[in-house]
Amino acid sequence: MSRYSIFSLARNALSHHKNWREAWRSPDPKPHYDVIIIGGGGHGLATAYYLAKEHGITNVAVLEKGWIGGGNTGRNTTIVRSNYRLEGNAHFYELSLKLWEGLSQDLNYNVMFSPRGVINLLHNDSQIDSALRRGNAMRMNGIDAEWLSPEDIKKRVPLLDLNGGGRFPVLGGLIQPRGGTARHDAVAWGYARGADMRGVDIIQNCEVTAILRDGNRVIGVETTRGRITADKIGTAVAGHTSHVAEMAGLRMPIESHILQAMVSEPVKPCIDTVVTSGSGHMYISQSDKGELVFGGDLEFHNSYAQRGNFPRLEQVTQNVLTLFPAFSRLRLMRSWGGIMDMTMDGSPIISKTPLDNFYINGGWCYGGFKATPGSGYVFAHTIAQDRPHPVNEALSLNRFETGHLLDENGVGPTPKAH
Amino acid sequence: MLEITCPWCGKRAQTEFSYEGDATVSRPDTCDEKAFFDYVYLRDNPRGWHDELWQHTAGCRRFVKVRRHVTTHEIAATAKPGDALPALEETER
Repeated sequence: MSRYSIFSLARNALSHHKNWREAWRSPDPKPHYDVIIIGGGGHGLATAYYLAKEHGITNVAVLEKGWIGGGNTGRNTTIVRSNYRLEGNAHFYELSLKLWEGLSQDLNYNVMFSPRGVINLLHNDSQIDSALRRGNAMRMNGIDAEWLSPEDIKKRVPLLDLNGGGRFPVLGGLIQPRGGTARHDAVAWGYARGADMRGVDIIQNCEVTAILRDGNRVIGVETTRGRITADKIGTAVAGHTSHVAEMAGLRMPIESHILQAMVSEPVKPCIDTVVTSGSGHMYISQSDKGELVFGGDLEFHNSYAQRGNFPRLEQVTQNVLTLFPAFSRLRLMRSWGGIMDMTMDGSPIISKTPLDNFYINGGWCYGGFKATPGSGYVFAHTIAQDRPHPVNEALSLNRFETGHLLDENGVGPTPKAH
Repeated sequence: MLEITCPWCGKRAQTEFSYEGDATVSRPDTCDEKAFFDYVYLRDNPRGWHDELWQHTAGCRRFVKVRRHVTTHEIAATAKPGDALPALEETER
């Protein structure tokens, strides 16, 4: 597989771009692998990539029931940040953000990471107190966070109505300047190409229908393309973690919920940062194509449907228009839904399990996309070394049993509230 | 938009209700830590019919038990919280 460069571009231009090679192979599954990763989204592909690159384990298959990156990797709002308060989360997401910063070079694939800053708008005194506390916690952990006055915000985001329609006045903001956005599909494709180059088999249209167990071990999977055995199995199927774990006989501290996102028609550049608000919950940025990409709350009821209902669409749109009245004349172009693993404390799970050689990566709640590189990095470590990386020790499955919860907002075991 | 039949008020829009989660878990009648862990944290989270509680917050404020399919969003039955929903085999038929 050749490297992408200005020279390969020039060479292929001479043949009218008709001779580009496929970026990854489409092999038939082998009967046995050292490691099987269930789920060919960003997290699964990143895990396979780092297994090969960092741990020299290349006899790996990534099994994807549809096409790679067709699940939540292709359904998010592409926001990348590490603005967490709790130690157990902060260092993990910061590792991830650091990997984002060098990812395009590492993968030799442009993931279009754009550190354009992520601003959290604050609308009342208690939100300010809470954000300053979080900002200070971040700085103590060596993560960037800055206070913005309403005037600073107006300068950064001129279209914002600081009066918030009279209901949600903007009293200040917390910005993480190194946060931003990335191109979601490119992340899946870049990791797929990098993993494939190192010998990983990416097997699409291959749904796992059963997990085979022998005592306290897993020995393989039944799939729509036959039985495949493995020494170790990891699952990275957020949204469906409960479903896959059940095949292995495990019950999860997770509920699956739908989260909608939507885009407007494309317009000229008008927001050059990411703006989020907890007024009613919304987050918005502008894609390189010019579409405004935004989302808000869950539907607040269990679902595996990958499509949302109208009331939430309406509410999220109202939130956006309250703060950006100028957008009221834009047409909404598309909306879609993705399935979130909502955990009982709102933080993810990257962990060993009660089974000897079965590993779980899931529970990403609202925010799996930003974690993609870090998640793959530490999940690969967890699988290869059979023990967590120091950075994902706190994200263990058994924290619910031992009481070491990572509840950023302190709302308790109510998945929809995180 | 879901339409939920409240046993007291009749068919009402989803926006009048708030979701209260899995209706099949019940508080254990023991002090056993494992039983409480299961009750507080673990869920079946099935991909199919789901028995769940909704509260008619913008109506009579009472709890309603609902059997809803989580991939089609079809609602098969509702009941008062103390009453049983029909047997699952009946719904599946």
